[in-house]
Amino acid sequence: MENTTEHFEHRDDAASKLGMWLFLYTELLLFGGLFLVYSIYRFRNAEAFAECGHHLDLMVGTINTIVLLTSSMTVAMSITALQHGKKKQAIRLLIATIVCALIFMVNKYFEWHHKFEMGTYPGSPTFKSLPHGDGLFYLLYFFMTGLHAIHVIVGSIILIFVIVYIKQDKIRPDKFALHENGGLYWHLVDLIWIFLFPLFYLIH
Amino acid sequence: MSEHLSYLQDSGGRKGIFKWILSTDHKRIALLYLSILSTFFLVAMCIGLSMKLELIAPGRQIMGPQTYNQMFTLHGVIMIFIFIIPGIPAVFGNFILPLIIGAKDVAFPKLNLFSWYLYLAGTLIALSTLLVGHGPADTGWTFYAPYSIRTGTNVTLAVFAAFVLGFSSILTGLNFLTTIHRMRAPGMTWFKMPLFAWALYATSWIQLLATPVVGITLLMIMAERTFGVGLFDPALGGDPVLYQHLFWIYSHPAVYIMILPGMGVVSEIIPTFARRRIFGYRAIAYSSLAIAFIGYFVWGHHMFTSGMSGTARIVFSLMTFLVAIPSAIKVFNWVATLYKGSIDLKTPMLYILAFIFLFLIGGLTGLVNGALATDVHIHDTAFVVAHFHYVMFGGTGFTFFAAIHYWFPKIWGKMYNAKIANIAWGILFVGFNLLYFPMFILGMMGMPRRYYDYPPEFTFWNVVSTVGSWILATGIILMVVNLIRGIRSGEKAPSNPWNSLSLEWQTASPPITENFEEIPVITDEPYQYQKQ
Amino acid sequence: MAEHKHHILSNFTIFKVWLLLVILTGITVSVTHFNLGAFAVGVALLVACVKSTLVLTYFMHLKYDDKILTAFIFIVMLVFTSFIVLTLIDYIYR
Repeated sequence: MENTTEHFEHRDDAASKLGMWLFLYTELLLFGGLFLVYSIYRFRNAEAFAECGHHLDLMVGTINTIVLLTSSMTVAMSITALQHGKKKQAIRLLIATIVCALIFMVNKYFEWHHKFEMGTYPGSPTFKSLPHGDGLFYLLYFFMTGLHAIHVIVGSIILIFVIVYIKQDKIRPDKFALHENGGLYWHLVDLIWIFLFPLFYLIH
Repeated sequence: MSEHLSYLQDSGGRKGIFKWILSTDHKRIALLYLSILSTFFLVAMCIGLSMKLELIAPGRQIMGPQTYNQMFTLHGVIMIFIFIIPGIPAVFGNFILPLIIGAKDVAFPKLNLFSWYLYLAGTLIALSTLLVGHGPADTGWTFYAPYSIRTGTNVTLAVFAAFVLGFSSILTGLNFLTTIHRMRAPGMTWFKMPLFAWALYATSWIQLLATPVVGITLLMIMAERTFGVGLFDPALGGDPVLYQHLFWIYSHPAVYIMILPGMGVVSEIIPTFARRRIFGYRAIAYSSLAIAFIGYFVWGHHMFTSGMSGTARIVFSLMTFLVAIPSAIKVFNWVATLYKGSIDLKTPMLYILAFIFLFLIGGLTGLVNGALATDVHIHDTAFVVAHFHYVMFGGTGFTFFAAIHYWFPKIWGKMYNAKIANIAWGILFVGFNLLYFPMFILGMMGMPRRYYDYPPEFTFWNVVSTVGSWILATGIILMVVNLIRGIRSGEKAPSNPWNSLSLEWQTASPPITENFEEIPVITDEPYQYQKQ
Repeated sequence: MAEHKHHILSNFTIFKVWLLLVILTGITVSVTHFNLGAFAVGVALLVACVKSTLVLTYFMHLKYDDKILTAFIFIVMLVFTSFIVLTLIDYIYR
């Protein structure tokens, strides 16, 4: 018999939830730093920012917003389904969430590609000759939507894990903290976009 | 009688180094942190000694200006990000927190080990800046733009190291917050919790909320150096002062990450060695939270001469004066606890008494810095250097030493030689004041900081200061050697050599892996020495 | 924190919240067609705040969870907002 007493399995769902929320606060502050930079440079370059906002595709941005809101709905419904013992439905709803994420990323790809073609991206040969306000706008646009996109990808991977765990019965109606916490992370991704959308697409 | 092993004997079923680097036991993780931390502390101390050697006389002694700049940058980065910020939480928070609240471990033991790996990675990345490219950063630990953007030295690597270290700090804070919320022993309500736990609670909130801001700021520096887009470059529409805002939004709360745990240590040691209940327990608990909270709103006092608006300067100066109040409340309460106490001058208590004296000087000179009119004269002079060494070293550093000497028997089950420890303390204390007090004078006389040279009228106090550094180093080395001897061949210690009423002392020294044979049930408030 | 019987969010509630969010999105987009001048930012941010409150309260379950989590989110938002306000005070009064 091993001389060890190191593994005590203690399950504390409330601790898991608290831990996840605490992590979300750090994510909020991480993006918060960028929102701070945005607010200062917007204040100093109000017209340039407003003008550049026109060059973003409002239709695509709005669609993406609806897509993410819908994905929040589907992930919330997947938890409800799981709690009612409806495994298959929970998984279908999680897949729907990930499909929404994919649609979002495809749209984002087209948006970014358009900007690359126009040369308004950091590191392009013409970037440094843009007027100051424009340069700052596009830098912040790519930095913030880029960081957000990374979180969409990470969130999707987390939800894939949730699907796997449901299939393996590691997530069950009596043990679903992982599912809830995955959902919380996903809602954070939605929350950040709820603020990114107006700040970049709507204020002009 | 239990057949439970002490945590040092319990190999967890692993062999060799894996007993340590794969262990999720908070006690072993604490020692993993201590091993790296103490090594880097000694390295940074040597860097400091060579800086003082350069400053022993006007003119070049052993290094030129470029090297000097890299030295003070390294000294700052190591001391701040690798020693002081992790310091007490990573070592004593990890070891003692679960014990002092009656828990088996922290809330997320595996995450705890992961925090340590991040810490290790951060230190290695920081080391790598010495070995590649144009050498270590020469910007100062503050990495101010635009110089940090333009310099050819390894700034990108250095800030990436700080980024990784910050992530480690965040996860530790997250772990401690959850631990304190969820794992207190039955009966231990919030206001029956020891003040060290309260201190770690407040600290963890700062780690959690402030660190991400510097994280994203450091990412911005990396992006700026890579893409040159103009975030902080006035030529491209950016504002370097914005960098300072972002940097200090973290780095000011960071100094409270540094001092709050130390204050928690003070609140534990004083009752034990004065045999008195702490005066104003709730006031100290609330003050910890107040310091954490108000501390978020004072960062501009590092930027009074940067070009900020007059309105901003007034607001930040006012907030700075407010944040001094809860610290002062704590000092009053500690001194009140000592009054009519039965004071036992054991080594930990000596360090705490020294702390009160040194922290008082540091804190009061903080007000000199925080007042707009006086700051104009002393900003970026040696005065500031003296101030922050009094609070960070005389404050946090001395409480770190106090904590080692206090919890030593608990951690290793042995005792160090107390007489040598006290002699080391005396040498340390004299050396410290000789090293740093002259810097107040030099600063008022006008000597700038971060210069490798100075005009001849500053020579006398610089010589005093450099000699002080040698005395201080002697004290530190004596202290460290004495402690290492204690670990290797010290006398076996009883489980409660200080007769403390605190929970960590009610279990074996060293503790068994699960800390307690049975999780205790708490009925009393802490520090009830008057009942003895 | 108190333990309580776990609340299950009904699909109907989830759907209603989603509908509200979509409507609010529509409102905030159509409002851009009016020239609100200096108020444009304020209105857009206000709608964003309402939307995020809905997500936090219902989707993220804050309404049904331990009240301390709600308290925490307030504190976090307060601290973050202060960062922006204090920094703006510098730039506005330069």
